[in-house]
Amino acid sequence: MRPLRYLLDRVGPHFEKGGRLEKLYPVYEVIDTFFYTPGDVTPDPCHVRDAIDFKRMMSAVLVALVPCVVMAMYNTGLQANTAMVSMGIAEVPGWRGAVLGWTGVGYDPGSVLADLIHGALYFIPIYVVCMVVGILWEMLFASVRGHTINEGFFVTGLLFPLTLPATIPLWQVAVGISFGVVLGKEVFGGTGRNFLNPALTARAFLFFAYPAQISGNAVWTAVDGFSGATPLGAVATGGMKAVTGQLSWFEAFLGTMQGSMGETSALACLLGAVMLLVFGVASWRIMVSMVLGALALAGLLYGLGSLTNPMFEMPPHWHLVLGGFAFGLVFMATDPVTAAMTDLGQWIYGLLIGMIVILVRVVNPAFPEGTMLAILFGNTFAPLIDYYVVAANIRRRALRHA
Amino acid sequence: MLEHYLSLLVKSIFIENLALAFFLGMCTFLAVSKRVETATGLGIAVIVVQTITVPLNNLIYNYVLKEGALSWLGLADTDLSFLVLISYIGVIAAMVQILEMTLDKYFPALYNALGIFLPLITVNCAILGGSLFMVERDYNFAESVTYGLGTGVGWAIAIMALAAIREKMKYSHVPDGLKGLGITFITVGLIALAFMCFSGIQL
Repeated sequence: MRPLRYLLDRVGPHFEKGGRLEKLYPVYEVIDTFFYTPGDVTPDPCHVRDAIDFKRMMSAVLVALVPCVVMAMYNTGLQANTAMVSMGIAEVPGWRGAVLGWTGVGYDPGSVLADLIHGALYFIPIYVVCMVVGILWEMLFASVRGHTINEGFFVTGLLFPLTLPATIPLWQVAVGISFGVVLGKEVFGGTGRNFLNPALTARAFLFFAYPAQISGNAVWTAVDGFSGATPLGAVATGGMKAVTGQLSWFEAFLGTMQGSMGETSALACLLGAVMLLVFGVASWRIMVSMVLGALALAGLLYGLGSLTNPMFEMPPHWHLVLGGFAFGLVFMATDPVTAAMTDLGQWIYGLLIGMIVILVRVVNPAFPEGTMLAILFGNTFAPLIDYYVVAANIRRRALRHA
Repeated sequence: MLEHYLSLLVKSIFIENLALAFFLGMCTFLAVSKRVETATGLGIAVIVVQTITVPLNNLIYNYVLKEGALSWLGLADTDLSFLVLISYIGVIAAMVQILEMTLDKYFPALYNALGIFLPLITVNCAILGGSLFMVERDYNFAESVTYGLGTGVGWAIAIMALAAIREKMKYSHVPDGLKGLGITFITVGLIALAFMCFSGIQL
């Protein structure tokens, strides 16, 4: 590592104020602080000392996402290999087939390694496109506006691919992440100043702009010509029996089913949730209240029943493991930037999101899944909730001391 | 029966939100959303005006203006519906005037905060839009009360949410060219994106 430090120190002065490459300072800064602890010290006497700075916080989220990423690759490969066996396809065409043939792992759905590698060949291109395009935007904004590139994007750039189906065209990934990063975040001044979760903004943009590639039955499994609905979509058309025939609750919990890459496994999300709570990054109040809100409304609708709408048949505990609920609950709703800040506000915010998820899933026939939009809706109202919680606190304290 | 009115209320608040689904009443929506307190005041004013004018216009339409509406006077084939726009605007202007005088007398702080925007409710397209939708969809009197209340409440929550976001955005670092209205338009667009979770609900 010595030569690297030497190189960085040598080119460093060019990027400082007055140097030739002054405009590119953020690029230099991000590379420098990525490898080394910055040498800057706080010059003023009054400052907060805390081990958990922004970089650590974001790294904690990245670590917590690891189980989801692994499950995403495994499940994508598993779904593809299973579909290939059932359709009698021996190998995939194109470069993926070439790579798989070269590794020699084959297409056996029972082999974890084969599934992982097959899934990785879908996940990694999407991830790479997302990172490259996103970082280009970040660098552009940071260089022009003179702020530093920060690690918030690494989280967005990993969350976004996990919410996409494996078959999404790569140019749409690029368009989506551009929208999310630029209009969802950078126009507000970068990480920490946005009011909507950028990954979800990007996902929602793609969902409404290119519905054919991100919803429906044909997109979830990465095999040409294979058509299969997500469990939520299957229930919406065929009732609960359409799902229970093929999938047990425990399988749904493990996540071996159709869906966007990272969201299928409630187990992986649960592991992530434990890590986030132990690291102290996410708010347990939001998680608990969102689950409570969802269970309460789902239970109510399940109890009411409906003759015409098959979604009413879904028992509350199924709602928690299907679709993006677990993923949104752990990684999206708890995003400290866009969630409510106050304790009471977080309870209200979580309850609101939990109920809207179920409302959209059950009552809205236009969308089988509602987690993404419900969280965006919650983000929209988080500042208002906080405002009134704070106002109520001020009023109460004023009365107490009057 | 109650269910019907309840679903109409939910529909007019969320699914067909006047500000975020139809983009009506944008001028006041963008101009008075800098502070939550003022926005709340204006929101309440819109709720009041809307809940009174829509049913009032409904009565005027059904008993005076509609084709054959004057049959109770013995004028069965008179059609005054060309007067719809002007009489609605007249009703709205009168209502706002009364509301303004009431606020001036009893809530001077709110009256001062709203300033010019209170008289501007008169030309707020959300208010006129509510009345015109009421005609287009053939609401009866009770439905028009519900619809007026619902659209008012929907517009009020939309402006309150926007105001809270804009207050929080004081800490944002918006590019110079986008400061002010530019970023507000983007914000409204993003809020409308979030509100699309309700589009498609059939009640």
